Parts: sequence; C-alpha cells; structure tokens
Amino acid sequence: MTVHSVSIKDLSLQYGNTQVLENLNLDIEQGEFIVLLGPSGCGKSTLLNCIAGLLDISDGQIFIGNRNVTWEEPKDRGIGMVFQSYALYPQMTVEKNLSFGLKVAGFKKDEIERRVKKASDMLQIQELLQRKPVELSGGQRQRVAIGRALVREADVFLFDEPLSNLDAKLRSDLRVEIKRLHQRLKNTMIYVTHDQIEALTLANRIAIMKDGVIQQLADPHTIYNRPVNLYVAGFIGSPSMNFLEGQLCQGDEDVFITNNGTVIPVASYDFMQPLNGNTNAVLGIRPEHIVTGSAAEEMPFKVEVDIDIVEPMGSETLVWTKLAGRSLTVSCDGDQQLEPGQRILLGFNPGRGSLFDAESTQRL
Amino acid sequence: MTLSVRTPVPGNMESVLSGPRGPRKHQLSIARIGIYAFLVMSALFFLMPFWVMIVTSLKTLPEIREGNLFNWPRDLTIEPWINAWFNACTGRDCNGLRPGFWNSVKITAIATVLSITIAAINGYALSFWRYRYANVIFGILVFGAFVPYQVVIYPLIIVMRELGLFSTLASIVIIHTIFGMPILTLLFRNFFASLPMEMFKAARIDGAGFWQIFFRIMVPMAVPITVVAVILQLTGIWNDFLFGTVFAGRQNMPMTVQLNNIVQTTTGVREYNVHMAATILTAAVPLAVYFISGKWFVRGIAAGAVKG
Repeated sequence: MTVHSVSIKDLSLQYGNTQVLENLNLDIEQGEFIVLLGPSGCGKSTLLNCIAGLLDISDGQIFIGNRNVTWEEPKDRGIGMVFQSYALYPQMTVEKNLSFGLKVAGFKKDEIERRVKKASDMLQIQELLQRKPVELSGGQRQRVAIGRALVREADVFLFDEPLSNLDAKLRSDLRVEIKRLHQRLKNTMIYVTHDQIEALTLANRIAIMKDGVIQQLADPHTIYNRPVNLYVAGFIGSPSMNFLEGQLCQGDEDVFITNNGTVIPVASYDFMQPLNGNTNAVLGIRPEHIVTGSAAEEMPFKVEVDIDIVEPMGSETLVWTKLAGRSLTVSCDGDQQLEPGQRILLGFNPGRGSLFDAESTQRL
Repeated sequence: MTLSVRTPVPGNMESVLSGPRGPRKHQLSIARIGIYAFLVMSALFFLMPFWVMIVTSLKTLPEIREGNLFNWPRDLTIEPWINAWFNACTGRDCNGLRPGFWNSVKITAIATVLSITIAAINGYALSFWRYRYANVIFGILVFGAFVPYQVVIYPLIIVMRELGLFSTLASIVIIHTIFGMPILTLLFRNFFASLPMEMFKAARIDGAGFWQIFFRIMVPMAVPITVVAVILQLTGIWNDFLFGTVFAGRQNMPMTVQLNNIVQTTTGVREYNVHMAATILTAAVPLAVYFISGKWFVRGIAAGAVKG
C-alpha cells in the first residue's frame, strides 16, 4: 500500500436530511499543494473542517500520514490551520498568539522561543511580536495566523480561504508568499478557495467541487484545457468559456453544426472515445483561444462578425459579439483599436476547445 | 508675500468655487433652544422628589411639621442620618440600617459572582459547544425569564425547606442565582455568538480544551459584557425586596426589607427625616453603581449590538 499524506475514504456528512458530502474519496501525496475550489455552499470548507476534526463526520475514514485519525481530536491530527477571518486571539500579543498552542501542549520555554523565532523570521514579523492583533493590518494579521500554523511544525497545513478578506494587491502579494512557503517547507497543503486565480497559481492539483462532490481532480493545466464536464468548463476561466449548442455529425470529416446551421469542422479535436453516430453536443471555446484579423485566416474555422460591446481591460480588450445566434466573447490584444459596430474576422481551432455531450454534460 | 499653489486634477478642468464651502456653521436655532428647555425642565421635574428627600432628611421634626416641603432647612442637622444608620428601630431591635446594609452586601456580592460565573459558562457552552439539544435547553432557560416570580415562590419555599436551607444566606443566594440565570445566559450567549467561530476553532487546533478556551481566550474578551452583567445583578439584587422578605430570614434580612420595616413601624412619632435618610442610604448603592458605570454600561450594550 502506498503512503498518502492525507487520505479520505468514503467520507459522508449529513446535517439532518441534507447531504453535504457524499462518498467522497481523495488521496493527497506528501508535499502536494491541493486546492479545493468551488462556489460557496459546495462543501469545500466543510471538507476541510472534517479533515481538521472540527466537524464530526457521518461516515467514512480520514487518514493523515497513514494514521487513522477519524476519531482523533484536532490537536492530535498533526495539522496547522489558517482561517479566513485570521482568528487571532485579540487580547494576546502576536508572540503569545504564536506560542499559545505550544504552551497548551506543554513545550519547554526554550523550544517555544526557538519555534516562534523561526516562524517569525520566515514570515518577517519579528518587529510585530509585541503588538496586539488590533494594531496590525489585514496582511500582517494573516501572516501571524500563518505563523501560528507554522510553529506547530505540522505535516499538513490547512488553509480556509485565507486571502478572501484582503484587498486585491495584498492578496496577490500573500499568494506568492504562500507559494514560496510551500516550496521551502515542502509540506502537504490543502487550500480552500473560491478564487480560481488562487487555485490555478498555487495548486499542484485542483479539486473542483459542486454540491459536495468532486467534479474533477487534476493539475491546473488539465483543468483549464481539458475540463471533464460542462460545469468545470464554465466555472474555470475568466472571462468564462463560450458555449455553442448544436449537433455533432459523423461523416468523412466530423463536423459540429450549431442550432442555426453554422458548420464548424472538428477534425482537429481529440475525442476521449471514437464518435458513435450523431449526438447533441455543446462546443466550448475560451475567449483567448479565438483569434482575430490575419491570424484568423489560418484557422480551421473562421467567420466575420459585428462587434457589440468593447471592454478595455488594460492588458487585453474583451469584445462581445454574436456567433450562431449566441453571445460570444473574444479576448483581443489591448493595443487594437476596436469600435462597436465594426466588422472583424475571427477564427479558432476547435481542437483547443472542448466538446460536451448535451445530455450527460460529460466531455466527449 | 502670498503664494497660492493650486494643483488641478489632471485631465479635469478646474472650476471656480461659489456658494457654501468648507465645514457647515453651527447656529443655535429656536428648535434647539426648545429642546434644551424641555430637557432642563424634565430633569428638574424628576429631580424634585430627590430634592425633597434630601432637604427633609436634614430638617428637624418640628420644622418638617411646618409643611414647607421645598425649603432649605433652617437648622441643618445630620442627626436623622446617624439615627437611620445606627439606631432606627425595626420592631424591637434598634440597630439602624447597618446590619441590613452588611447583609445586602453579603447577599449581593456572593449572588452576583456566582450567577455571572455560571451564566458565562452557560453562554459559552451554548454558543460554541453545539451539543445536542443545546437550543432546546437555551429555549427553556430563556422561557424562565417570562415566569412571574410570585407563581414559583411557594414551590420554592417548599424546596428550600426540604433542603433544610430555608431562611439561610445560602437560600437567598441560590434564589437570586436561579432568577438571574435566564437574562444573564441570554446576555453571555449573544455576546459569545457574536465572536468569530473561527477563533474557537483555532483554539481547538491549538489543543485547548473546554476550560482552557473559556479561561484563557473567552473570559479576557468578555470583560465589557461582564461589566454589564455585574451592573444588572448588583442593582437587581440590591433592590430586591420580595425574595429578601421570603427567603433571607431574620439574620440575613437585606437592607430593603429593613428599610420597609423602619418606615412601616407604627408606634410613636413618624420620623420623616429618619425615613428619608434611610431611603437615600438604601438607594445610594445602586445610584452609585449607575453613576460610576454609566459609560461602561452604554459601552457594554453597544458592544453587544455592533457585530465585531
């Protein structure tokens, strides 16, 4: 049997009649950075709380470091946890916040000092040690909260939306810092977020959750480029993927015909299994995979469209137009001069898109 | 030399300012004068009885009989105050209010500390350790706040008798603790419920148990709400008359009961000045509590209202 850092087997959780998590299985390797991603209410934070032992589960088992911790107290599970609201003890100084857990556990004074020093050096919060949490900024508070997890020298770190309370600038700073921390410590980290940028930038693997079920567990590249179903495809990516409904027709050359008759050749598409007859399908294509102007000439599919709306975003410009009766967004170079009403040529390679079965919503 | 530097916003035309500018001027309007006049008059109206009590307590009996209620005493005397404290008569004993004062201090101090300690633990357990039926238990507790005291007095007397506690210090302390429980638990539960659950979770991950979290994290944070609870209990228990009469017994008779006995004593001349002095003495403690803690009291209530 291989040793997983964290292993969740058939985990279920009910609140009364509501099934929050259902038969969930997840194996996490040593040193892996796993991100649980999903909209609010999908059960990602609940799952994290179950791993931490803060919630009693209804069924299943949880292993941490190959030890069955299903019935163990949070403190005995070898975890450190960072919360969204920082959850620092307000009446204690930063130093006391960091050392509280160690004192409770009965560590010797010099050992506590050593660990606090190590953590505060690592997070560069040495000069804050004698301050109270109210005197700190949001970013500093979250550093202290991370420090409180660090001093436990646990094998597994749990992050529950740690950056969600910070403003955009701090969020990206601290994100890099967490990544740096992971590269340095090489601990297993489980990170819950609803922010897909955080997920894509930090994770070794992302688990996308919906209604208490993991939809797809894969590395960020696969999640982004080869989503397993319509839900994942629509959830990941900002601006989100364009969807065209239609029929997939088998022939000498496979084609996708949209509901109003636009024909899109899909010979370049890498099907999961060979096509079997005609099927109702949905074609998804990301806005940045659609090209305009001369680059569009060489694409397997190209079409002339009118621009509806132009949204300049600085580095890129988002163009809203219509294709096959459906609204379509195209991400263009920010330097291009574009006006509403202007006619442009656009094209894309369906091979870079995704095809889903219209009924099962699974990837074809 | 005057140098005026103007930095117009880039890409924005500078405009000439006209009309009102800068902070608004405050003027004493007629409406405002009216409000103050009303406030001053209401204050005087409610202070009037207190004024009468003070001047009466400083007058001699013959002067009181003249009937000039509001006048400042002609012959200022503090005799009534000394009498009220040391040798006013309640029935056959003429020891003044002093024993009653110390009884009240004993009852109030013990019952306040005991009830607040239990209520704080209750509130903490109810909001953080969500054990089964926690809400049901909380509901029953709060329901207790709506039970009229008179309804349960007789059963309580029997319970105390069976426990062999009737007419003891313990019985009156227990009664006050029980009756303070609903409102105090509600107070503490709502306070603790306003604290972030994540802090409690963090403490559990840090390995702290039920009591460690309570004493090392929750209690230090609960100081403002505890002050509110102390004020509530201190004034409530001190002012209590009903339970004091029924449960305390003669040895532990609180000040309020003794005051009533002094005022109600019907033999001889009615010593209005002594009665007034005794009443002010009895009311002094809650009055002092309000004056000293007024700011804290408001702060505590506000702290509960604004979610942190």
